[in-house]
Amino acid sequence: MSHIPLQHILFFSSALFFIGMFGMFTRKNLITLLMSLELMLNSVNINLVAFNKYLFPQQTAGVFLALFTIIIAAAEAAIAIAIFIYLYRTHQSIHVDDASDMKN
Amino acid sequence: MMPASAILFYIIAALILVSAILSVTSRKIFRAAIWLLFSLIGIAGIYFWLDMNFLAAVQIVVYVGGIVVLIIFSVFLTQGSGQSLPYPSFGRLFFAALVCLFGLGISIWSINQYGYRDVATEVSFPGMKELGKQMLSVDQGGYALPFEAVSILLLAAMIASIVIALKKSI
Repeated sequence: MSHIPLQHILFFSSALFFIGMFGMFTRKNLITLLMSLELMLNSVNINLVAFNKYLFPQQTAGVFLALFTIIIAAAEAAIAIAIFIYLYRTHQSIHVDDASDMKN
Repeated sequence: MMPASAILFYIIAALILVSAILSVTSRKIFRAAIWLLFSLIGIAGIYFWLDMNFLAAVQIVVYVGGIVVLIIFSVFLTQGSGQSLPYPSFGRLFFAALVCLFGLGISIWSINQYGYRDVATEVSFPGMKELGKQMLSVDQGGYALPFEAVSILLLAAMIASIVIALKKSI
């Protein structure tokens, strides 16, 4: 583990973050947008854990922060999917452009 | 000659990145969910590689066992798994790739600029026992308050999702 410099882990996690961002830009379906969001949250978690492990190995703050991020992401995914199902029932579609009731 | 653990990291990282790219570009939404599943399992592998066993277990239980299953269920409930998504326009694809490569370049450049000191990671990380003690401790450096706050948040999210999903359509 000590053979890999911290920079390589950070390169990897930023690549994962921008892959998720690419998905956010190009997708139009709400479920695929949620999947891209999960990728971005996971890349941030990898960052937190790697900083904890490499720079402050005797502390635990990074692990706890990552743990709470995972919990909040789970709550967010549950709410988001409930909203998608409700949206599908009222609009028969979960396309981003069809969810425009709150415009105007 | 690289040691085996370094090779293992690069293999896991390549696996995660390839399945993440396939997950955001696949035209079949069900396949995208399965690629996301592989990517999340790979991230659990990264946590194992970093000696964070508890976090890896949480990752597998919550993400692989919870969120991906939820996503697959919602795919089945809202659209047929067989139909393909439409292609995004070429201009949108091009500019999204441009913006993401630019952002990746900037972040790689700034990580290289910063120059992290090389820390010998001989200090062993406090184990599961210490994590459990800290999570419920109310002393200095304990995490009892965020733990309770996040428990209430989870309860509220559970009730809210039931209420939203049960609502009669207009």
